[in-house]
Amino acid sequence: MKKRIVRIAVAAVLLAAGLVLHHLEYALPTLLVCVASYLLTGYRVLWKAGRNILHGKVFDENFLMSIATLGAFIVGEYPEAAAVMLFYQIGEMFEDMAVKRSRRSITELMNICPDTARRKTTDGSEIISPEDAAVGDVLLVAAGERIALDGTVLSGSAQIDTSALTGESVPRTVRQGDAVHSGCIDLDGTLEMRVDKPFTESTASKILELVENAAARKSRSENFITRFAAWYTPTVVVLAVLLAVVPPLVLHEPFGEWIYRALNFLVVSCPCALVISVPLSFFGGIGAASRTGILVKGSAYLEALCDASAIVMDKTGTLTEGVFEVTEIEPHGCDSAQLLRLAAGAEQFSSHPIAVSLRRACEDLPDDSQVTDVKAFAGKGVGAMVCGRNVLVGNETLLRENGVDCAHTDSIGTVVHVAADGIYAGRIVVSDRIKKDAPQTIRALRQSGLRTVMLSGDRRSAAEATAEALSLDAVHAELLPADKVTELEKILNEEKGRTVYVGDGINDAPVLARADVGVAMGALGSDAAIEAADVVLITDEIKKLVSVRSIAQRTMRIVRENIIFALAVKAAVLVSSALGLTGLWLAVFADVGVCVLAILNALRALKHNEK
Amino acid sequence: MRKVYLLEDLCCANCAAKIEKKVAALDGVDSASVNFLTTKLIIEADEAAAGDLDAAVRKIVRKVEPDVTVREIAK
Repeated sequence: MKKRIVRIAVAAVLLAAGLVLHHLEYALPTLLVCVASYLLTGYRVLWKAGRNILHGKVFDENFLMSIATLGAFIVGEYPEAAAVMLFYQIGEMFEDMAVKRSRRSITELMNICPDTARRKTTDGSEIISPEDAAVGDVLLVAAGERIALDGTVLSGSAQIDTSALTGESVPRTVRQGDAVHSGCIDLDGTLEMRVDKPFTESTASKILELVENAAARKSRSENFITRFAAWYTPTVVVLAVLLAVVPPLVLHEPFGEWIYRALNFLVVSCPCALVISVPLSFFGGIGAASRTGILVKGSAYLEALCDASAIVMDKTGTLTEGVFEVTEIEPHGCDSAQLLRLAAGAEQFSSHPIAVSLRRACEDLPDDSQVTDVKAFAGKGVGAMVCGRNVLVGNETLLRENGVDCAHTDSIGTVVHVAADGIYAGRIVVSDRIKKDAPQTIRALRQSGLRTVMLSGDRRSAAEATAEALSLDAVHAELLPADKVTELEKILNEEKGRTVYVGDGINDAPVLARADVGVAMGALGSDAAIEAADVVLITDEIKKLVSVRSIAQRTMRIVRENIIFALAVKAAVLVSSALGLTGLWLAVFADVGVCVLAILNALRALKHNEK
Repeated sequence: MRKVYLLEDLCCANCAAKIEKKVAALDGVDSASVNFLTTKLIIEADEAAAGDLDAAVRKIVRKVEPDVTVREIAK
C-alpha cells in the first residue's frame, strides 16, 4: 500500500514536469518524462494485459487501459496518456480500499462464531476448536465470552446478550436447565453447559451459512446486471472500432482525432461498477436484516418483499400469542368453580392448547384417579367420567349429538360447552390474546400500501373479532391446512404484486412454500421452519415485518440508484466522447470513479437504524 | 455434493461473475455461486463428477484471474 502511494506520488511529480516541458514545447524531453511516469504507474497493467492475452482473455480492464493509453501515445498525446494511467491507478487504489472496507464490515457482521471453546476435562479445562466439540461435551463459558455451540446450562447463571441473533438489546437471564444458543455473549456469570448440537447444526453456523449462501438465490436486478455486463463490453468495443474507422473514411478526416475518441470508449467499457455494486447492495441489505434478527435467504426475496402488494397472515401464533386463556365462565345450575373443575378434569390428559388453558384456570384439579373412561371426539371435544359424573366437554355439535340442548352464543373466542350426566352445565369461553405489537404492525403495513389478509383455522366469530380489532382488510376463517393453500392461491391470482405469507412455520409449511415470500416467525432453533421459509424472523415479534420491509425497500432504492447512476454516467461519457467534447480523463472517472462511488453507496445498505 | 473453495485475492467483481458462469457450465455441476465479499465459491455437483471437478475449477480460475489462489475449504 505504501509502495503504491510512493509510486503514484513520484509518477505525479514526473507528470507535472512533463506538463511543464510540454508547455515549453520541448518535444523529446516531454516524451521521455511522460514515458517514465507512465511506466511507473502502468507497468503492472501492461504486464497483466500481455499475460492475459496469452491466456486467451482479451477484453479485460488491463487490456483496455493499455490500448487506450498506448493509443494516446501514438496519436501524440503524451502527457494525457501518462495522466490517464496515473488517474486510473489512483481510482484503482480507492476501489481496492472501498472493497476492503466493505469486506471488513461484512466480516464484522458475520463474526458471530467464536474460534475457540473451552471444554471441561477431568482435571480442569482445555481449549478446543468448536468443530471438535461433540454432543454431550461439557463446555465452560466465562463472562465476556461468546457461546460457541447450542446447548443447555448445567450450572451457573448469567445475563446473556442475544443481540447478534435476535437484534434484541435487552439481555436475557439464563439458569440451570435453560437452552442457550451459539452466538450469544455471556455478559457476567460463569456457565457450565452441555453441548446439544454439533457445530455445523448450531444456530450461529446455520445463520452464517444462510447469509453466505444467500448470494445463490439471485434477484432479477442481479441477473439483469450480469446479463447486461456480458454484452455491454463487447458492444462498446465494437462501437469503438467503428468510431475509429467509419467517420474518418466517410468524412475524409484525419484518423488521429477519431482514434482518440474511440479510446475513450475502451476506457468506459468496463462494467465493473455495475457488476460489483448491485450484489454488494443486496448483501448489505441481507446483512442489515440479519443484525436485527431477520434471516433473508436470498436477494430475490428482498426484491419480492419490496414489490409486495398483499401480506397474508396466519392468526394463531402469528397475530395472537397462541396462548389461550379462560375469559368467561357461565355456569348453569352449578357454580363457576364446579363447572371449571368438571371441564378441566375431563381434559386432564389432553395437550390441546384449550385443555391446557382450562387446567391452568382451575385451582382445584381432580386427582388423575378420579378421571376415567376418557374418550376423544375428533374436532368436537372429549367425554370422561369425572368424580363419578359422566361429563361431556366440547362444541355445540357434540352436546346436541348426545341429546343435550345448549344455547347458541356469539362470544368472541372459543366456546366450550359442558354437560354432566346428560344435563347442560354451562359454558366456558377461552380466547387467545392479540400480540402487543400486532396493532402497530398492521397499521404500518397498511400505511405502506399492503393489503392485509388473515387466514385462520379458527371459528368465524373468533377470527372476525381478531380481524376487526386489528382492522385487517380481509379474513378467511374455518380453514383446514389444505384450504389455506387454496385461499392463498386465490390471493396470488388476484394480486398484481407479490404476496407474502407469514406463519409460525410449524403446520403451514405448504402455504409458506407456495407464497412468493414465505416468512416464518419465532424460528430460533426450529430447523423445519428455517428450511421451509424464505425469510425467518428469529424472535416471534411481528413488528419485525415492518423492519424487513423497510430494509428491503431501502436496499432496492440503493440498487436502483446504483444501476441508474452508473448507466447514466457511462452513457453520458460515451456520447460526449463520441462528439469529442470530453477526453480520457472523464472516461477514467466513468470507469473507476463511478465504481468507487457505487461501492460507497452500496455500503449504506448495511446500515439500518431501528426506529 | 457440496464443495467450497476460497478464492484468495479475488478483487474484480466482473471476474467473479465470469468464474461463476464458467464453473456452473461444467459437466455435473448443478449450481455454482461466487460470493464476492467472502470470496467463496460454493458448488453443488454430482457425486460422479467430483474427481475431475477440482482440476477443472482451478483451471477456470487460473484462466480468468491468474492472481487468485484457490484453496478448498474442508467441511
